[in-house]
Amino acid sequence: MKTIKLSSFAIETVEEACSDFQYREDELINILHRCQHKLGYLPAEVQEIIAQKLQMSVAKVYGVVSFYSFFSMIPQGKHPISICMGTACYVRGAEKLVDEFKRQLRIDVGETTQDGNFSLSCLRCVGACGLAPIVMVGDKVYGRVSAKQVKDIISEYQKSMV
Amino acid sequence: MIHTHILVCGGTGCRASQAKEVQEELVSLIRDKHLSQTVQVTTTGCFGFCEKGPIVKIIPDQTFYTQVTPEDARDIIEEHIIKGRKVERLLYEDPKTKKRISDSVHMNFYKKQLRIALRNCGIVDPENIDEYIARDGYQALGRVLSIYSPDEVIDIIKKSGLRGRGGAGFPTGKKWEITSQVEATQKYVVCNADEGDPGAFMDRSILEGDPHAVIEAMAICGYCIGANKGLIYIRAEYPLAIGRLLVAIEQARKYGLLGRGILGNDFEFDIELKYGAGAFVCGEETALINSMEGRRGEPVIKPPFPAEKGYFDCPTNVNNVETFANICPIVLKGAEWFSSIGTEKSKGTKVFALAGKINNVGLIEVPMGTTLREVIFDIGGGIKGGKKFKSVQTGGPSGGCLTESSLDMPIDYETLLEEGSMMGSGGMIVMDEDDCMVAISKFYLEFTLDESCGKCAPCRIGNKRLWEILNKMTKGEATEKDLEKLIDLSHTIKDTSLCGLGQTSPNPILSTFKNFKHEYLGHVRDKQCEAGQCKDLLHYTIDAKMCVGCTACLRNCPVGAISGEKKKPHLIHQDICIKCGICYEKCKFNAILHQS
Repeated sequence: MKTIKLSSFAIETVEEACSDFQYREDELINILHRCQHKLGYLPAEVQEIIAQKLQMSVAKVYGVVSFYSFFSMIPQGKHPISICMGTACYVRGAEKLVDEFKRQLRIDVGETTQDGNFSLSCLRCVGACGLAPIVMVGDKVYGRVSAKQVKDIISEYQKSMV
Repeated sequence: MIHTHILVCGGTGCRASQAKEVQEELVSLIRDKHLSQTVQVTTTGCFGFCEKGPIVKIIPDQTFYTQVTPEDARDIIEEHIIKGRKVERLLYEDPKTKKRISDSVHMNFYKKQLRIALRNCGIVDPENIDEYIARDGYQALGRVLSIYSPDEVIDIIKKSGLRGRGGAGFPTGKKWEITSQVEATQKYVVCNADEGDPGAFMDRSILEGDPHAVIEAMAICGYCIGANKGLIYIRAEYPLAIGRLLVAIEQARKYGLLGRGILGNDFEFDIELKYGAGAFVCGEETALINSMEGRRGEPVIKPPFPAEKGYFDCPTNVNNVETFANICPIVLKGAEWFSSIGTEKSKGTKVFALAGKINNVGLIEVPMGTTLREVIFDIGGGIKGGKKFKSVQTGGPSGGCLTESSLDMPIDYETLLEEGSMMGSGGMIVMDEDDCMVAISKFYLEFTLDESCGKCAPCRIGNKRLWEILNKMTKGEATEKDLEKLIDLSHTIKDTSLCGLGQTSPNPILSTFKNFKHEYLGHVRDKQCEAGQCKDLLHYTIDAKMCVGCTACLRNCPVGAISGEKKKPHLIHQDICIKCGICYEKCKFNAILHQS
């Protein structure tokens, strides 16, 4: 596995999170939430520091990280694209959107484009089923998306990068 | 003196389509026109009519504006507020009569609803405790603390017949009684807000629209069972609900409704939030408790039940959000009032999230015993695009698909079970003739596979095998032997799994197999997908007789697989076609055929 050298900012963030939650083992999920929120993802090195600070095994920390779908060990793209795969979106054609995004970006679900601009993921129900099918890019919600619009959505962000 | 209130929906759905911008525009126009003394804009919770959001409602005349954009704000202020003329084009149009409906009272969507759990959603500002108090808020807590003993309250809840709204339907009063009888120095009240069913959003809407209703009920529960601490386990994916809960808890503390010496009594109760991180199985109470303690959310064998040994081994009472939302009205209006609503064994109302191929997607609350037909066709406005109703899925990934023949059954816990589905948390997904039942089963199995915690073998390995067989079917590679294996294995998994997730995961397969056996046989014997959804079994062609050459398909094809001249029949090039089905959706002349 590729090892990453954490920045001093990252190390400080993780240590601060552990101390804010009084190094309590039962606060592990909250600590992970905080770290992911600040750092974007949870690489193995971050989990090692947490394990050491909380005096528990790295395996236990990793067990929790890998159990919950909210936690990610891979850095997300600059523009993370999430497609809702709740039942309401599914019956209104979300699967076609997934196919189209995969085709346009040439990546699979769970991957990031080589230039690091886009990552693709599926999520479970945003709860805005009236607007199904739903695509989120960062915090922006696109409702009633058709496969035809996929290209436009992608180019909207490509333009902003030039 | 304020005489007109403009209510703007602040639910997640409407927020996603610019409701916040609408509200800001309204506020700034009111300021510009010097109307601040008489007109007030309020952000409320969900109105339920999510299909046509953002929603703006005017009080006192109940005018109901739909799909309002920030640009429409000017007309609402200048026409409606200043000149007293309703903005016709923003009123809801009845799809059948094509008439504009002037207010919410006359909309079919609301006529058959009875709102108990959702009583304040779309009415009060969830971030203002005074508005909740003005609607009898915290009166139930006051009454409980001043006149009732814990046992008396438990008795009221028991007599009301309220059952758990999270899905299983365990009598709530009974649950409270069991926890109250266990001797311990520390007990906990837990609110399960880990709404994991895809397509269900009732808990989120209640928390976003009326957080105090849950807080007050938790305090009442704390008084009854002898707990001074409450915990709300909520999905991290619900930032708006989390924000509003935090505001509400803070306000309740300031008003002395949480904390020490509540309302001058020596009762102490406070609430803390615990965050989930996206795991469906955490809706199961033992898994939820594991997760709250910072571990993997794996279920454990019951007994001991959480009522005896729960959070940090202390007696813990876990109820769902909607269950709590029913408590205060029961305390105030009495057990008889509540038990007069509903059917013999299922009392009160139930909130459903209507979604899928239905005209009025949204959140509704109806008395138990209402029929599915009333819900889907009267309230829901029927099937989208005039298509034929095929099936309604209730109970989420643990539930089943019901057909036309179940539409006139009264909805309650028992009937749904008898019909081969379940109440679940209240998701209701409507499907039409274009939905393949084998593909739907596969979709749900994919969900279970993702969400299985992996602790017990039947669920971890068995569901994987089920998914593989279904996948073979949708590709046209399965045999009749596979079909036999599918059903056999489904029963085994149901019988041998550790928790509710595995015990119910084959339900979508079993219920669709029972009601749509011919579709399974079609996939296996004839390698055909009747609904035209399974890509590998299809190819798209154009019927030259029907094609008028409008070029809609050609223009919309993402890969340029269609050629043809204007006003002449078009052609699909099979070697380029990726079977995305866009042409089929776009053709207005039924000229695109999908065949197995």
